[in-house]
Amino acid sequence: MSNRHPTVPRSTEEFMAQACALEAEAAARYAELAELMTTHNNRDVAALFAKLARIEGLHRDKILAKMGWTVAPDPDAFRWTTPEGPETTDPGELHYLMTPWHALKLAEHNEERAADFFEALSRADVPAEVRAEAAETAAEEREHVRLIRQWLERVPEPGADWGEDADPPVAAD
Amino acid sequence: MSEQAAVPVPGDFKSDVKPVWCPGCGDFGVLNAMAKAMARLALRPEQVAVVSGIGCSSRIPAYTSCYGFHGVHGRALPTGTGLKLARPDLTVIVTGGDGDGYSIGGNHFLHACRRNVDLTYIVMDNRVYGMTKGQPSPTTETHWTSKLAPHGTGLNEFHPMAIALAAGANFIARGFTGDPNGLADILVQAITTPGFSFVEVLSPCVTFRPEQKDWKKTVRAGNLASTADPVLAAREIFADDGMNLGVLYAGERPPYQPPVGAAQRPPADLEAQFAL
Amino acid sequence: MRGFEEHPLPDATDVTGAPRTSLSLALAGSGGAGVMTAGNVLLEAAAIAGYYALMTRSSGPQIRGGEAAAMIRIATQPVECMAGGFDVLAGVDWENVHRFAAEIPLATGALVFGDPDQGEPPPVFLQGGARFESLPLGKIASGLPGGRANMVLLGYLGGLIGLPEDALRLATGRLLGKRPAALDSSLAALAAGRAAVGATGLRRPLAAPPRSRTPRWLLTGNEAAGLGAIKGGVRFVAAYPITPATELLEWLSPALNEVGGVLVQAEDELASINMIVGSSFGGVPSLTATSGPGLALMMESIGLAVAAEIPIVVVDVMRVGPSTGIPTKSEQGDLNIAIFGLHGDAPHLVLAPNSVGDCLQTACWAVQLAESLQAPAIMLSDQFLGQARAAIDRPRDPDVGAARLTATAGIESYRRYALTSSGVSPMAIPGSAGATYTADGLEHTERGTPSSQAADHSAQLAKRRRKLEQRDYGVLWADIEGEGELAIVTFGSCTGPLREALASLRTGGRRIRLISLRLLAPLQCARLAKALAGVRRLLVVEQNESGQLYRYLKSECPLPTRTESLCRPGGQQFNPGELEQLIADWSRE
Repeated sequence: MSNRHPTVPRSTEEFMAQACALEAEAAARYAELAELMTTHNNRDVAALFAKLARIEGLHRDKILAKMGWTVAPDPDAFRWTTPEGPETTDPGELHYLMTPWHALKLAEHNEERAADFFEALSRADVPAEVRAEAAETAAEEREHVRLIRQWLERVPEPGADWGEDADPPVAAD
Repeated sequence: MSEQAAVPVPGDFKSDVKPVWCPGCGDFGVLNAMAKAMARLALRPEQVAVVSGIGCSSRIPAYTSCYGFHGVHGRALPTGTGLKLARPDLTVIVTGGDGDGYSIGGNHFLHACRRNVDLTYIVMDNRVYGMTKGQPSPTTETHWTSKLAPHGTGLNEFHPMAIALAAGANFIARGFTGDPNGLADILVQAITTPGFSFVEVLSPCVTFRPEQKDWKKTVRAGNLASTADPVLAAREIFADDGMNLGVLYAGERPPYQPPVGAAQRPPADLEAQFAL
Repeated sequence: MRGFEEHPLPDATDVTGAPRTSLSLALAGSGGAGVMTAGNVLLEAAAIAGYYALMTRSSGPQIRGGEAAAMIRIATQPVECMAGGFDVLAGVDWENVHRFAAEIPLATGALVFGDPDQGEPPPVFLQGGARFESLPLGKIASGLPGGRANMVLLGYLGGLIGLPEDALRLATGRLLGKRPAALDSSLAALAAGRAAVGATGLRRPLAAPPRSRTPRWLLTGNEAAGLGAIKGGVRFVAAYPITPATELLEWLSPALNEVGGVLVQAEDELASINMIVGSSFGGVPSLTATSGPGLALMMESIGLAVAAEIPIVVVDVMRVGPSTGIPTKSEQGDLNIAIFGLHGDAPHLVLAPNSVGDCLQTACWAVQLAESLQAPAIMLSDQFLGQARAAIDRPRDPDVGAARLTATAGIESYRRYALTSSGVSPMAIPGSAGATYTADGLEHTERGTPSSQAADHSAQLAKRRRKLEQRDYGVLWADIEGEGELAIVTFGSCTGPLREALASLRTGGRRIRLISLRLLAPLQCARLAKALAGVRRLLVVEQNESGQLYRYLKSECPLPTRTESLCRPGGQQFNPGELEQLIADWSRE
């Protein structure tokens, strides 16, 4: 979807802008989802999304510092092979009763897509400097995947009845 | 939030009211796509009015930082029409769901298409009445069972895009909340195309239609003709299975906008006709 | 102080430990906690055990996962409202439960239970001196396969208040029995909760249920209204979903199917009302159900039914207005529009049930009146009655008698709108040969031909008025209770708390009459005057901001010189304790 004309960086500067936007969008989305889960009284997942938002924010800020920028590039200026940025969580994947394990599986998926994106870029027909940056970033993303998987090992897997709510939906309007 | 003179970003168009939509609801995608579209068009929130009816998706105005109107069930289109006719300088976006828009709002839908006022109508279609807990809507599949229709509705589904075309809408498209960038592209085109722009958005309901999560596997992006020929568009929409995304029809009908009293004569001038 | 009959509220000064005849509990928690289900099981268990009971619910704006509260009152005799204070508040968790603080006022000496792992209860609940007890619900639940905290809590509370274990097990089976695995783990959790009940009990335990068991029912007002409609003969319903009437429609849909009727979901309220005018014209008793916004839309065609003399019933399950208002809360704000909402002079019937059980009888009566008088009847139920679930004495079977007066076939020059002395003229049903006519919203002659003659208009207006005013409405027009020089007039869900408040005042020697109007239009002024004979002062009690009933009565009926209004907007029900105080103050002036 909307992958007909993905943005392709042609210089280190363009690459950094895209990578920064990727992290910025991921961070902003995690923060939004943290609020959403708070509204739905799922404190554990809200806290986890808030933590992921902070982590992605650090990644974004690292690039900002490296490039001497003050404001992250607008993620909307870029197109991807995925519906939104590769590291951005699809809000359609949430469930109000989801557990931290589910949230981390989403994060794992996001990091894997990001790694795939950068790996593909490292082999694409782009200037060598871009390929080099992409390869390096891909390795970082693979490291993130590994960290998420470690984190996953520390959270309990959901039971078969994780999504069960004895109460029916309520009508509010 | 960006500064007054700076380039707008999508965040400028979202308020800090926390949506109460269920986690997993497709409507988040519409909110994001609307924000992206408005930023790309460099609109100012105070120049945009978002008008809605009643239902889960009709809650969207408060989640934007634009002027909003959360009216009564099914009447968002006439409300938005009145607003646009009186204030043609505003960008008017009318939003709502399939129940609000095609059931109780059905008559207004027909006439809004026909009247072709310059506004954008976004319907978040989840093929169910979500807010009242799961009754069939006009776009619900014939076989889907519910408490009010335990053997299925037994009715053919409403075909909003075909009806919009027949009724004279000038721009008709279908989007999907799982493709927010594609939807934002459609919305940019819808807003900038003069006349009545109708965007039907497939927006899964995680609570009452969880099977709609599979839509992301069955939609086909960029798969509509985007033609200015209504005959071609008609053939295409009648062969359509509901999963093709993109712009179906982009016509050239000038929008309906009666001039708002250009002359400024004083009311007293009207008295002469009665004088003996 | 006495038992429940006179004093439903727990009394702070009573330290004798005498069993209480009414106990109120609130269960709270957030998404996935299953608070509503636990409340329903508790309600059903109490009913199975022989208690009377009532349950209401409150929830946040989220469709799923929101904060929720189930409020249950259990008593040894019939209850029609919630008490003024809760004796027990139990939280599965405390997420946003503080939002329900105004709806869950705690009685003196109340107990608050919570899981220590879920944090402290919101301070607002402990301000009045309630005692907090911690219950390791989560720990107990996690020790059982598939164990849920809400079921552990339920088992605990059931044991605490002395509900028989098999009543709880039976109720659990009924509500959760669809999946055997879930049932087993629920029963285990119940048992584990009950086992955790320690020495600390209620200071005043719940008294045993009455020994003689009258037949009992467990249902909501919406369900009762649906059944009443079917008993009255309704076989066609066209309607559009709207909170809080949707459940009435969802109950009616399969029920009508069973009795050979049909329900159709229309595209909106305009279609609904016109569909039932059409089906009734065809001879089938018909009904729709809606709430305030929908009733507002239906006005034109209710007027059509008046003019064309077509029987229909419109149930308005009132919610807080105006406009979209508060869809999930109760108010008595649609009286004005029900009575005065039609354009022109368009007399019609307006009725109001005054308890959950009364919804059955009143709905049935509404259908019969509509059918026999060939006129629309609007029944004003409300969100409280419609959605409250109550264990009540089985309602008596309503008298089914009156039916539509139909014309036999082959009448010479049939006059559909003949000026009979009763005002009711035989109605030909399509299919009857030789009696065809065209029903019309246009003013018409006796034949039914459109007429612009003033004389025809006057004659038909008089006919439509006469048929309603000359009817003898029997004893159901109002419930009249008690005696005295002071009186209270009310309608609908205010009746329950008023009955309780007045019962309490009666023991203190205060005699106050209560008149709960079931027939609001045509207003029975003569009978009301008779019921108020000897009354020096009258108080009109209602749940709306402007005193709609008060103004209506004052404008139409002779009333005692000292007639006053006690009105309050919707959003929170009157409770017996506050009414007792207000009425006591009023009576002393």
